[in-house]
Amino acid sequence: MIFRKKECVAMLLAGGQGSRLYALTTKTAKPAVSFGGKYRIIDFTLSNCVNSGFDTVGVLTQYQPLVLNEYIGNGLPWDLDRAFGGVKILPPYQGHDGADWYKGTANAIYQNLAFINRYDADYVLILSGDHIYKMDYSKMLDFHKSTGADCTIAVIDVPIEEASRFGIMSTNEDNSIYKFSEKPKNPDSTKASMGIYIFNRKKLADYLIADENDPNSSNDFGKNIIPAMLANGERMYAYPFEGYWKDVGTISSLWEANMDLLGSTPALNLNDESWRIFARHSASAPQYVGDSAVIENSNITEGCEIYGTVKNSVLGTGVKVMAGAHVEDSVIFGDCVIGEGATVKYSIIDTGVTVGAGASVGGERGDGAEIAVVGADIEIAAGATVEAGAMLSE
Amino acid sequence: MTAAGLIFSNIHDRSIPELTRLRTMASVPYGGRYRLIDFALSNMVNSGITKIGVITHYNYQSLLDHIGTGKDWDLARRSGGIKILPPYITAYENSASNKVYTSRLEAMMGAAHFINRCTEDYIVLSDCDVICNIDLSDVIEAHAQSGADVTFVTKRVDAEKTILGEQTALITADKNGRVIDFTEGKPSKGIVNICTNIMVMKRAYLSATIADAAAHGYTSFFKDIISRSLTRANYRTYEYDGWYACIGSLASYFDCSMQLLTDSARTALFGQKNRPVLTKVRNSAPTKYCEGSAIKNSLVADGCVIEGTVENSIIFRGVKVGKGTVVKNSILLQDTYVGSDASLNCVITDKNVVIRDGRNLSGHESMPFFIGKGGSV
Repeated sequence: MIFRKKECVAMLLAGGQGSRLYALTTKTAKPAVSFGGKYRIIDFTLSNCVNSGFDTVGVLTQYQPLVLNEYIGNGLPWDLDRAFGGVKILPPYQGHDGADWYKGTANAIYQNLAFINRYDADYVLILSGDHIYKMDYSKMLDFHKSTGADCTIAVIDVPIEEASRFGIMSTNEDNSIYKFSEKPKNPDSTKASMGIYIFNRKKLADYLIADENDPNSSNDFGKNIIPAMLANGERMYAYPFEGYWKDVGTISSLWEANMDLLGSTPALNLNDESWRIFARHSASAPQYVGDSAVIENSNITEGCEIYGTVKNSVLGTGVKVMAGAHVEDSVIFGDCVIGEGATVKYSIIDTGVTVGAGASVGGERGDGAEIAVVGADIEIAAGATVEAGAMLSE
Repeated sequence: MTAAGLIFSNIHDRSIPELTRLRTMASVPYGGRYRLIDFALSNMVNSGITKIGVITHYNYQSLLDHIGTGKDWDLARRSGGIKILPPYITAYENSASNKVYTSRLEAMMGAAHFINRCTEDYIVLSDCDVICNIDLSDVIEAHAQSGADVTFVTKRVDAEKTILGEQTALITADKNGRVIDFTEGKPSKGIVNICTNIMVMKRAYLSATIADAAAHGYTSFFKDIISRSLTRANYRTYEYDGWYACIGSLASYFDCSMQLLTDSARTALFGQKNRPVLTKVRNSAPTKYCEGSAIKNSLVADGCVIEGTVENSIIFRGVKVGKGTVVKNSILLQDTYVGSDASLNCVITDKNVVIRDGRNLSGHESMPFFIGKGGSV
């Protein structure tokens, strides 16, 4: 084995169930949920790593790893099939002293300290697999080094009225953190943690070991590690990030993030040659748009065949929209068939779904309206109705 | 039964000089996201062939770029995989290979090393001007069963309905499928049996033929070997009855491309179970149809931004069509940029062409208006 020290190892937390995505995560881990037509949520963090020059990424998996494991494979689509380093899947394992599931985010990293030590890394970048954003982590690492911090937390400015939904950092003028409050009722800052941390490796190891020895700890970065470090007066800095960032942990935020891709000047631009988002591609033919098709303000992926109407929607690979079908304000993942005369409105449709001819899914988008969700591989009978806000899973 | 593949990337370059000025026939773009070699490669890979030699002659930079390590066809193998076989000139005078080859036979002499080192029982040969989705394992099976020396894949076409090249290879077979005549030309009417230049032979037979040809100083595979030994050797045909397109000129390129707008051609080429057409991945985002776009009967690859009207056209990856622009009956290759309020009819643009705002261009299907790579109008 050729050994080359890695300055920084990225650890991507991808084991969460994503229970607030309901039907979309019954068979799939959240990071492997489809996004934007041909991507999976995890593509954004993996692509950010590669584009930032970080070539060693551990992906911590636990919940429903089958699809995720297959998707990541040897890391080739992200150029992470490396002779030394690259992307490695890190599931829970049986050790000398017994076996344990990952009890929390901190415990997952604790159990894989050997992986980090193997590369003799000076820094550890902790990432979540459920955020959509484009970020140059190397700039954050430069910031971390320039401040001489033990821990740097990426933060984004959020509107004050939404601040109570996030972990909020209160900082001094030099961005050093003096207070961290998880979902505060009365926030005194608008700097929300993005769940992206850089630690000095030795400091992190010390805290993870101490945390593991505390039987009352819930082994979580936000609840335990960060507060403990602050309490001990470690050097902690907030790295301000500006740009598009979205936690897609809920049905409505996942839908919104997809809609942010639409239009000629989208909030999130995927046609950015300087920061490409890589994905594992399928060998599909180009999309075919038939004579009777009407397409407005939509993103459509290869392999699709469109004979009906598609408006304000994102369609994944290999979706067929038959003649007379009407798709509006919806996200359709891939390999779905929307039958003749069927209607799909304000919905998220998972992979492999068949909507029978004349069936109706979802309702009008508007104030108080809820998104209908159809889980993977469900067949909706011809003429059937799926109410607005319904949640169907097998 | 094992087989290796041999693909000729430059033969037929001259039939479509517009598109091969800067590239090989193999790397001529086709069907929105493909290069012609993708069909030959995919046919082989889908039939279980995992050792493929690609014979190149000149202009092969774009081909090397397209193939890369071969991983997109699953041909980045430790054992076998894809081998590029560029021209090969030795430093010694008067050796067999002291000039760059000019014919199929000479090219194979140059690739003799590759062929002789194969351990596979059969070699499948293919050119890059033919577009089809054929199960080659059936052809190999038929070849093995018949005990033929060479099996030629043929296709029956109506000469009046097909745009044929000047040097189309025509095969006449008896009722048992044995080849009795072999000619080259351009028939104008009737049903003709075209040689697709997809052939199967025993590797040992091919090795021996090449050695023999070198010893006799033969230069033409069809004239010096096939035609001369029609009565002695056992040459047979395998009739392929699926969808087939052969590119022999810019007009036929246009016609073969436009056929993809029919359901039957798309299904025959792209919709075959377990036989996907593989190509280089480019990491394009899904195509964006903006407010005010109108699109009908068109094949569109990923990475495009469409703001105008597109009808009966083939749109390659990364093409931009501006507001108020109307594109009809056209083929826009990769990264073509069309500004706003332009009008295009029967136009073929090569890669990276820029059509400025308000330009009005029109050709005819028999003579499409062609704009070369990087051109600006």
